[in-house]
Amino acid sequence: MTRPKPEDDEYWNSSKFSAFTFDDEDDEFTKMKESKRAVNSMLVDDDDDDDDVEKVSWSGEPIGSISWSVKETASSIRSSGEQSFPKIDITPSLPKQGSGYSLSSLFKGKQQVICCSAFTDTSVRAYAPELRKPKSECKDYMSDWSPEETVRRMRKGKVFSLERFRSLQEKLLLLDEAVSENDGNVITAVLIYLKKSLSKEILFRELMLREIALRHYVHYLKEMGEQKLLVELMKALGRTDDMALMQYKEHLNIKDEGQRRDFLKNCLSLPFSQDDAIHVQDHYTLLERQIIIEANDKRGDAEIFKKFPRKASILNMPIITTLYYSCFYHYGESDGTFSSPANIRKTFRISEKQYILTALGARAKLKSWFDVDSLFNTKNWLGYTKKRSPIGFHRVVDILQKNNAPVQVLQEYMNLIDDPELKLSLAQKYKCHDIVIDTYRDLKDRQQLIVYRGKVERGSKEDKKIEELLCNMQIRWKN
Amino acid sequence: MAAHLSYGRVNLNILREAARKELREFLDKCAGSKAIVWDEYLTGPFGLIAQYSLLKEHEVEKMFTLKGGRVPPADVKNIIFFVRPRLELMDIIAENLQPPREFHILFVPRRSLLCEQRLKEQGVLNSFTNIDEYILDLIPYDGDLLSMESESAFRECYLENDQTSLYHTAKGLMTLQALYGTIPQIFGKGECARHVANMMLRMKREFAGSQNQILPVFDTLLLLDRNVDLLTPLATQLTYEGLIDEIYGITNGYVKLPPEKFAQKKPGEGGKDLPTEPKKLQLNSAEELYAEIRDKNFNAVGAALSKKAKIISAAFEERHNAKTVGEIKQFVSQLPHMQAARNSLANHTSIAELIKDITTSEVFFDNLTVEQEFMTGVDTDKVNTYIEDCISRKDPLIKILRLVCMQSVCNNGLKQKVLDHYKREILQTYGYEHILTLNNLEKVGLLKPQTTTRNNYPTIRKTLKLWMEDANEQNPNDISYVYSGYAPLSVRLTQLLARPGWRSIEEVLKMLPGPHFEERQQLPTGLHKKRQQGENRTTLVFFLGGVTYAEIAALRFLSQMEDGGTEYVIATTKLINGTSWIKSLMDRPEPF
Repeated sequence: MTRPKPEDDEYWNSSKFSAFTFDDEDDEFTKMKESKRAVNSMLVDDDDDDDDVEKVSWSGEPIGSISWSVKETASSIRSSGEQSFPKIDITPSLPKQGSGYSLSSLFKGKQQVICCSAFTDTSVRAYAPELRKPKSECKDYMSDWSPEETVRRMRKGKVFSLERFRSLQEKLLLLDEAVSENDGNVITAVLIYLKKSLSKEILFRELMLREIALRHYVHYLKEMGEQKLLVELMKALGRTDDMALMQYKEHLNIKDEGQRRDFLKNCLSLPFSQDDAIHVQDHYTLLERQIIIEANDKRGDAEIFKKFPRKASILNMPIITTLYYSCFYHYGESDGTFSSPANIRKTFRISEKQYILTALGARAKLKSWFDVDSLFNTKNWLGYTKKRSPIGFHRVVDILQKNNAPVQVLQEYMNLIDDPELKLSLAQKYKCHDIVIDTYRDLKDRQQLIVYRGKVERGSKEDKKIEELLCNMQIRWKN
Repeated sequence: MAAHLSYGRVNLNILREAARKELREFLDKCAGSKAIVWDEYLTGPFGLIAQYSLLKEHEVEKMFTLKGGRVPPADVKNIIFFVRPRLELMDIIAENLQPPREFHILFVPRRSLLCEQRLKEQGVLNSFTNIDEYILDLIPYDGDLLSMESESAFRECYLENDQTSLYHTAKGLMTLQALYGTIPQIFGKGECARHVANMMLRMKREFAGSQNQILPVFDTLLLLDRNVDLLTPLATQLTYEGLIDEIYGITNGYVKLPPEKFAQKKPGEGGKDLPTEPKKLQLNSAEELYAEIRDKNFNAVGAALSKKAKIISAAFEERHNAKTVGEIKQFVSQLPHMQAARNSLANHTSIAELIKDITTSEVFFDNLTVEQEFMTGVDTDKVNTYIEDCISRKDPLIKILRLVCMQSVCNNGLKQKVLDHYKREILQTYGYEHILTLNNLEKVGLLKPQTTTRNNYPTIRKTLKLWMEDANEQNPNDISYVYSGYAPLSVRLTQLLARPGWRSIEEVLKMLPGPHFEERQQLPTGLHKKRQQGENRTTLVFFLGGVTYAEIAALRFLSQMEDGGTEYVIATTKLINGTSWIKSLMDRPEPF
């Protein structure tokens, strides 16, 4: 149904959206509001809950407080598209009996009533609850609703009032009731009321005793983007790691690298777990360094940048990518510079394995076989050089092959693979005939050698080599 | 149109019809011509309920996607917003309003006081004629499958501790019971399962006045927490449907495939006009061939396809035998069906080729080997060199995370040194910001340091027979065929519940997280089912936090087993695979 019919496609594709402008419609809207306001101040059984202006009715109660306002039958839906009076008799289109099943008829209350009145309600009240009159003379039967009844009504989408819950104890009873019904929507509504009518300290204290309500509250604060309050709450809960990470996460939303760096710097003082603290420190150091390198390299003065122009900026790249970049463009720089591979390797405690892999990749890409060689050369105490690698030589061969190393180079490293099986399979894969032949010779595997002869070109160098070996009487073949 | 929903053990078309009726009623409430502005996310799930034609019948003339700016001009009386209750969407809606038109909001699946408050803050709450909710909890996905299509359910339940989706689950189950009768027996395993059962029992008490007079269709409900079995979704699924999902991703019953293999090759046209748009196919049991092969191990699909090919070409050959007018007429009448079968065969042959290219690759084989080593408990306590190699090759991060998590789960946590090593390599190679993701994985238990030296995974594996050496891929005799050896823990639990009952595995159940329980719901007298001799029981298995296609295949296998005694209907919050699952837990899914 995403793209229902071809004829609609045209519409979907061609429709242009223009920016919203406040013009005459807006005026109309204000007028509408005004007329509505006028009407409201006269009407009694209307719950106008969209205006934050406090209006006073004949009973002295501010309008908007549901405790006086609405009968259940009067819908609070603003059912009137045309600025008519809100008191509208809604005849809900209930499914008729016997007309088959309808999901809503199974569970919904009889009517659809919007009940956001709770919010206006509390916002009015929150200013000075103690000034509020004692229960008004025209005591409404609604004000006697128990927490159970109130929560039930909220769930059913009927009119309700939270403001009668005034004492801390009453409020908590209400909250507990909401929680026991599990309806997140209702729990959140109650929490909003408590947030407005209780001090932070008390609310936090009580929430700590109520795990489920607490979860909903945290979720609500996240949703509303109330980062500051959330951080305070986490602190109060002693969940400092969570808090730190939550703040650290914010850096993802910062585009400008300078600001991002400064933000990360500020994060360093947050109470991360020990491990995370190290990682965040590294993250900051890395970005700081990338900014310096980027500023220098962007100009691209050095020969290497002209020969191999950069494809992208180095900013925000992972450390291994940065090291690769450094091995590519800044190889051989002295340890003192920020951009030298040695310095980066040391600062970020990169393992030998990772370093060799990265440097190998970068130097092989540049076809600097000499540099590749020296990565693996070690001198023993007699002064002989020997090749040694922290990663298997088969991995070295793989990387060299991917970078189109010439056969001689490939063979050199392939010969360093200890495991003959592995050596053979790689040699066959990359068509290093000499190595295959030599390995079979070493394994004294005459049969395989004969088989392999079929795979090389007739009369070629390799073919002759196999021929010679097969004729060699000195080899004691195992088969 | 949705006939395939009614072929199963339980006619799920009833549920679909109920949902459609509800939709029609809402549309009729907004009299006159209308345009729908869609929260794009919802179009997929709605597609499982209704086609455009239904909307058109109810005077829906235009459809738009919800985005910033104004609704494009449309000569309609009503503008209806179909949205999830998300605050950011409310802001966009507020921007979109532009009289003189009637505006309506339909919240799916539930209205939210929070959203209405936001609309009020924006000063637009007044502008709506109708604010309503469309309860779309459980969507019929196939003849034996229901899904809530709620992508973030696992993350919400297990990471953010937000139980809203569990509430919706309970509500959805109440709807289901209203349509299909009270389910007399409820079993469950896990914290969330317990919670959902509690809510259901409570909701039932509230309706105590009105007895449900429908003869129960389901005998048993089994609620399973996804975190009881964290291992299964991490493994690569090896059924046909599972592999399609692993490789191409099935969304709301559709898959998008690379078009090259689907090009119609006509002689003389050469290679020109190759399609560039991905080929979109609907996958469900309405397609006979697909229903036949979807749950097979991929290694058995080739044989099934060639068998089918022979049958179809034999059927086409029949035309030579048709001599009399009557015979010819009969042949012609069968042509449409045969042509559909031929198209279906062509499509699946192409898909199978695409998949085969991947399953025969070295990368796939190596990955699978390591997975199977972990699942059989080989070297799970040390750093794995294959994973290291994958990291140094910069393979996709999700692949790495799947493997590392699998190792952790199969080792009941990793040694601190091993865990630290993986973490460092991952952060250095993929970026430090992934500490957020790694933390998330730790919180949900997919990745953890070993706290005791006792690893109970081998005990669980042996007791539940999670690894079968000689899995038969062609003619399976056990559910382990869906992962070529590994029998999904979740399905094993389901199987053992039916026979011989969980009492036999108390010890193992205690090793898995969360409580296990049994509840009974009273039926009104007269509704007790009198079971015929040999009649199967029907069990609804609800996976809280997601289920994989391979697990579904395993349950279907159990349903079809001769003298299995139980048929299964499956429900879930979302159809998942390891990749989509891990992705939902990442805080930064896309790299820079």
